[in-house]
Amino acid sequence: MATLTLPVKESRKTEEQEALITGAEAIAVACKLANVDVVTAYPIRPYDTVMQYMSQLVADGEMDCEFIVADSENSQFEIVKHASVCGARVFCGSSGIGWMYAMEPLTVTPALRVPMVALVGNRALDDPGAFGVEHNDALAVRDLGWMLVWVDTAQEALDTALIAYRVAEDRRMLVPLAISCDGAFLTHSQALVKIPSSEQVKKFLPRYDRGELLVHPDNVISVAPQANEDWVMEIRRQNYEVTERACDVIREVYAGFESIFGRKYGNPFFESYRTEDAEIVLLGMGTLSTPVKVAIDGLRERGRKAGFVRLRWFRPFAAEEIAKALERFKAVGVLDRDLSLGAPDLSGVVATEVRSAMYTHAATRPPVLDFLCGLGGREVTVRDAEKMAEITFQAAGGKPQPLTQWIGLRG
Amino acid sequence: MAISPFVEIDATQKLDPFKGVKKIPLEEYFTSGHRTCQGCESALVMKMMVKAAGPRTIVLGSTGCMYVANTTYYSTSWVVPWMHTQLGSSGSAGLGAAAALKAQMRKGKMKKEPINVIAFCGDGGGADMGLGAISASLTHPDYNFLILLYDNESYANTDIQLSGSTPYGAHTTFSPPGKMKRIMHHRWKKNTAGMLAAGHPECKYVSTICMSYGLLGMNCIRKALAIGGPTFVHSLDPCPKGWDYDPYISHELGELAVTTGIWPLYEVENHTLRLLGKTREIADKRYVRQPVRDYLMKQGRFAHFTKDDIDYFQSKVDEMWQKWLIPGVIPMMKDLEGDAPPAE
Repeated sequence: MATLTLPVKESRKTEEQEALITGAEAIAVACKLANVDVVTAYPIRPYDTVMQYMSQLVADGEMDCEFIVADSENSQFEIVKHASVCGARVFCGSSGIGWMYAMEPLTVTPALRVPMVALVGNRALDDPGAFGVEHNDALAVRDLGWMLVWVDTAQEALDTALIAYRVAEDRRMLVPLAISCDGAFLTHSQALVKIPSSEQVKKFLPRYDRGELLVHPDNVISVAPQANEDWVMEIRRQNYEVTERACDVIREVYAGFESIFGRKYGNPFFESYRTEDAEIVLLGMGTLSTPVKVAIDGLRERGRKAGFVRLRWFRPFAAEEIAKALERFKAVGVLDRDLSLGAPDLSGVVATEVRSAMYTHAATRPPVLDFLCGLGGREVTVRDAEKMAEITFQAAGGKPQPLTQWIGLRG
Repeated sequence: MAISPFVEIDATQKLDPFKGVKKIPLEEYFTSGHRTCQGCESALVMKMMVKAAGPRTIVLGSTGCMYVANTTYYSTSWVVPWMHTQLGSSGSAGLGAAAALKAQMRKGKMKKEPINVIAFCGDGGGADMGLGAISASLTHPDYNFLILLYDNESYANTDIQLSGSTPYGAHTTFSPPGKMKRIMHHRWKKNTAGMLAAGHPECKYVSTICMSYGLLGMNCIRKALAIGGPTFVHSLDPCPKGWDYDPYISHELGELAVTTGIWPLYEVENHTLRLLGKTREIADKRYVRQPVRDYLMKQGRFAHFTKDDIDYFQSKVDEMWQKWLIPGVIPMMKDLEGDAPPAE
């Protein structure tokens, strides 16, 4: 098992440190800084390295929490759900088919208005068994009220985990939030990460306070009694209103983050790379940004004006902002590291959502192509990205292209 | 019993046994507002359970009759904090709530005091779907909580379907007697409490109860909450709807389940087994087991039984009392004479 290489110094309380850590380890460090109370672990690759790191932090006395090894993902998520209802700040996570085994608690947690932060180390769903990244695991909860954010670097993983606690536990929200890290590419890749001091984090992250929703003998309430056609619709409406508020809360928390930690993320919902004067853009989530950015740089050197938009927040889906950002391009190529079998035009999840947003909010509607790529952890290469950009340029030039195509598939 | 020095456990409430019916407090923590059936013994279990536990208690209830019929939006009957939990999650619910209290009290985020945590489930939630989570939770010695299984021997809320806890031969909506098969359900009832007692070396308290013997049942619950660590109580609850009998004989049927020897009452306290009440009298030969016919024939769910079926049922109960290593608890048989260990 990997051992921690974090510097153990008193100065950590007040000063920012720098350490060479993986994406999973960065999340563990964030949980320590957030003073998480209850953590539940269950093994499945690749997310579980976060739990290995965290168990070491607990064993070394660096982190004070109940570290519970559960008997299944279903129990894992049920345990933290109940802990959160009783006032504890909680952390949990899973990958691939393990996440699906927790589908029942994943369903009821947002319905109950219970905040938690979970790491999804994105992994292909069985069968066949495969360790590599695909996004269908986290995307499976997209209609249930979870907030879903994709990160790209270990630094962004750490920062987003801190942001996640503040967003999820905000009184206007009180819903669970999953941070997606591409399996292996991010969960297991080391990078230099700036680790904020616990003083800074204290300033940024208030106490989790459930108020009148706390389950405690001093606050005698009945949570989730049986309701039917008499009240369920009104209860659903309350959950719906959370999603109406979500974008504003996220903007506010990112602004707060910048003012305390000094790191800027610009638009919280997506990152724009060399899009200012671009004719076409590619759009995708997660670590495929690296080969795509390299390809964009190459294209630019050859005078081809391409850009890249990396979507961070998938739920909430900032439809209007995304559409406004994309309407000025001549064509958009979406990279879907997922499948949505039988969906309109047999496209993936992200392309379908982007098209839906463009239909309503875009002044002009450029063609939105979909590329199904990088499934099962297959690498999306620079050459793949160049090819997708070229196809998108063709569409921009008025040559009709198939709406959905597979990239990187064996012939 | 040796406890690992690495186990950190908080103090529990001091809950001495009630010394007689007249000493039971008048305060109710499960009151009006529910809509359980007339003669529902499980509702009585809920009432006695929280009466035994007192006001500084959190109750977590799995899906089942005691959710759907018991806790309706805008008319809850609970006077202690209560929360719905999923069908198979009573073990995780108890563990999660107890862990949250412990962590927050240790870290100064919550006032330190012993709070009872009870997670209940029906036989569908406990003996079937949630058994794995209950088993896992009973291996965590660091947390104080009780899992209470109220066993009305079917999925009674969803229309009386058989569960792993339904007795042999019973007519349920998934096991109707038919023209070809008189007995559709030919599995013997799962020995849940015995299995949990035998399989969890650090669980300090397991008991079986029946609220026809209310004082005994309440005192078992108090002991389970006070002893510390994760504990399990299994209650047998006659169900007028599922068992098909006139509600006024609910208590009588509970007594018959015990006096016929079908439902032995016992507790395993700190690994010491003690048979309780009438069960103990049967074992000590101070009371003669009643024939199972007296119990079976009062219930519509066994109305299709022939004499052969009753005889078979009786023979299985006799076998339990005469051959099990410990009647009602350990279903392995003594076979000393025939003992032939494999050659080395």
